[in-house]
Amino acid sequence: MLLKDFLLERKSSLSAKWFERVVETYPSETAKFLKNQKDPFGNPVGSTILQGIDNLFNQIIEDEPDTEKILPLLDSIIRIRAIQDFSASEAVAFIFYIKDIIRQEFERTYTNSNYPAGLREEFSRFEAKVDRLALLSFDIYMRCREKIYELKAQEVKNMTYRLLQQAKLIVESPERSD
Amino acid sequence: MATKGKPPKPEELSKIDYTPPKRGWMDTPVVFKPGMYCHGTRAKYLEAVGMPNARDWSPAEEDWKLPPEWKEIVLKGIKERLQKYRTFHVFMDICVRCGACADKCHFFLGGGDPKNMPVLRAELLRSVYRKYFTTAGKFFGKAAGARELTEDVLKELWYYYFQCTECRRCSLFCPYGIDQAEITIIGRELLNLLGLNLDWIMGPVANSYRTGNHLGLEPHTIKANIEFMIDDIETITGIRVETTFNRKGAEILFVAPSGDLFGVPGNYVAMGELMLFHEIGLDYTWSTLACEGGNFGFFTSMEMAKKLYYKIYSEAKRLGVKWILGGECGHQWRLMNQYLDTWWGPADFLEEPVSPITGTKFENAKGSKVVHITEFTADLIRHGKLKLDPSRNDHLRVTFHDSCNTSRAMGIFEEPRYIIKNVCNHFYEMPESTIREKTFCCGSGSGLNAGENIELRMRGGFPRANAVKYVKEKFGVNMLANICAIDRAALPTLMDYWNPGVGVCGVHELVGNALVMKGEIERTLDLRGEPLPGKGGTD
Ligand code: SF4
Ligand code: SF4
Repeated sequence: MLLKDFLLERKSSLSAKWFERVVETYPSETAKFLKNQKDPFGNPVGSTILQGIDNLFNQIIEDEPDTEKILPLLDSIIRIRAIQDFSASEAVAFIFYIKDIIRQEFERTYTNSNYPAGLREEFSRFEAKVDRLALLSFDIYMRCREKIYELKAQEVKNMTYRLLQQAKLIVESPERSD
Repeated sequence: MATKGKPPKPEELSKIDYTPPKRGWMDTPVVFKPGMYCHGTRAKYLEAVGMPNARDWSPAEEDWKLPPEWKEIVLKGIKERLQKYRTFHVFMDICVRCGACADKCHFFLGGGDPKNMPVLRAELLRSVYRKYFTTAGKFFGKAAGARELTEDVLKELWYYYFQCTECRRCSLFCPYGIDQAEITIIGRELLNLLGLNLDWIMGPVANSYRTGNHLGLEPHTIKANIEFMIDDIETITGIRVETTFNRKGAEILFVAPSGDLFGVPGNYVAMGELMLFHEIGLDYTWSTLACEGGNFGFFTSMEMAKKLYYKIYSEAKRLGVKWILGGECGHQWRLMNQYLDTWWGPADFLEEPVSPITGTKFENAKGSKVVHITEFTADLIRHGKLKLDPSRNDHLRVTFHDSCNTSRAMGIFEEPRYIIKNVCNHFYEMPESTIREKTFCCGSGSGLNAGENIELRMRGGFPRANAVKYVKEKFGVNMLANICAIDRAALPTLMDYWNPGVGVCGVHELVGNALVMKGEIERTLDLRGEPLPGKGGTD
């Protein structure tokens, strides 16, 4: 409970820092824009990341995060990064930032002598949780990339669908009679 | 950083600084990233239309096989265009770098590359202009925002001018009305002087030049395809609609984008149109030569656009029609509305368009004699000439995407909405800052709807998709209607990536579904041949 209380108390500042770290992976002019423009339609990337990070933070401080809720949140951010200028590891690395941010917050708050007993253990369990999210993130990233390839193929077919059909190059599967 | 050969540990990964170092844009060299650019055009397409410097080349390679005097060609090209187009000259001079346009481009919003800010996109060419055509630039160079035209600069121009869809959204926000679309058009013209176009653009150009349409289909294929649709209409409605091809003396020549004849979901638009024309007894004909409203010449040079559109008026003349009806297409409309009249107008051999059904005079088309189909159909509905059953579209919760060209180039806002509201019971608008004249581009216009640049397209389309997501979540929207053939080709992909479950259709597909035809059988199928929920089909 120590860690959860610690995080809850500092929720808004920690998730703001997390958001900032993610945004700083973009070129500096872009980062400034992503941070400052608040209109969700005028700044779809910034606002999607902001919302995603906020909600992710709420989830990961839970002892048992709800995977059903976490997946779409991760997806909303990774789907964007999967088609931007990031390699696979760059696209999903943002998950790990939160560990760093919390560690720094510990350092700021406690010295070795007043470090609460049990916090370290709770934090290492938290870290394991974050690592599991990272694995999920890789899966999501791969699915996004596969989707891109699938869409390319489908699009070419759609463009000339009727021609192919006419030339009997596409045969619809016959109706099932059962 | 991780040591060589070992994958980085998660902790290490989190410490990598991905922030690019701060450098001025002129000193940030262009990096060609896969997924962001298209294949270079093959020589055969350029040769087919007599364009210069034809050779096979690849943007990914170091050597672009430029002609030795490439620099002189470009500078001469700039000079000629400065003299010819006053707007271009003004746009090169007057930007005050206020930044109002900076965050208005969908490619910047979705991708985050600062060189996709319209102000910087213009600056790529403006810096060259300053160097060679202004005194300050000649003497003070970089300090005056000027730079040498080098091969790297040329490559950068190519990379970013084929990352602009000529959508004009940025110009809407510029206090001076600087239109980046026009700068891009001219930038691309300059690149074309060196044979530096895209395969995806030049293929359709060469095909259109030969047969009149993008795919290079011959008349019998066009005819067969339309007849194929007529068979499908008969299955769905029990009615065999009639149409004619190349018929002399018809009152109206109908010119649709060819994508509607061969692709899905565009095909269902053409079916809706065939049904509509049959039902009102319209005296019209298709032409198997003027069989393409689209014109990729427009993404090449003004001369090429003009060359490819010659077929429209010459067919209208040959067939002796009174006026021309244009199908659901985006850039077709920009060209027909804004260029036809300038190139060849006034088209006095045609008559001022009048609807033979309602008697409405389309005064807006007095010069060009071309009416957009949504104007025509909205007028029919307004006069109560159509029997419609919107409940046949009840399974659809529809929103409308304004295409850049029909909205910003002409202001067709109300007609498609009026039609949709009459043929559907569930219509929902996307947020105001993303529709009408402020509409977000599909991300694939101006010849960029290729496969190899799909990452670029998904980025550029994200602002649009994000607004669709909003109405999907809020109102359960499951259909994105539009009046542009490129939208119908590109948006399904965009929706599948960002908003799976949202379909894409043209407005006349919805019309075809709702249209109650005399003598029709009870409809159990929609135009896609799928069971109509609650209408005898299953849901
Ligand atoms: S794509 Fe549109 S908004 Fe972006 S620079 Fe080009 S014209 Fe402007
Ligand atoms: S809005 Fe107009 S004047 Fe301002 S930076 Fe953009 S192009 Fe220049």
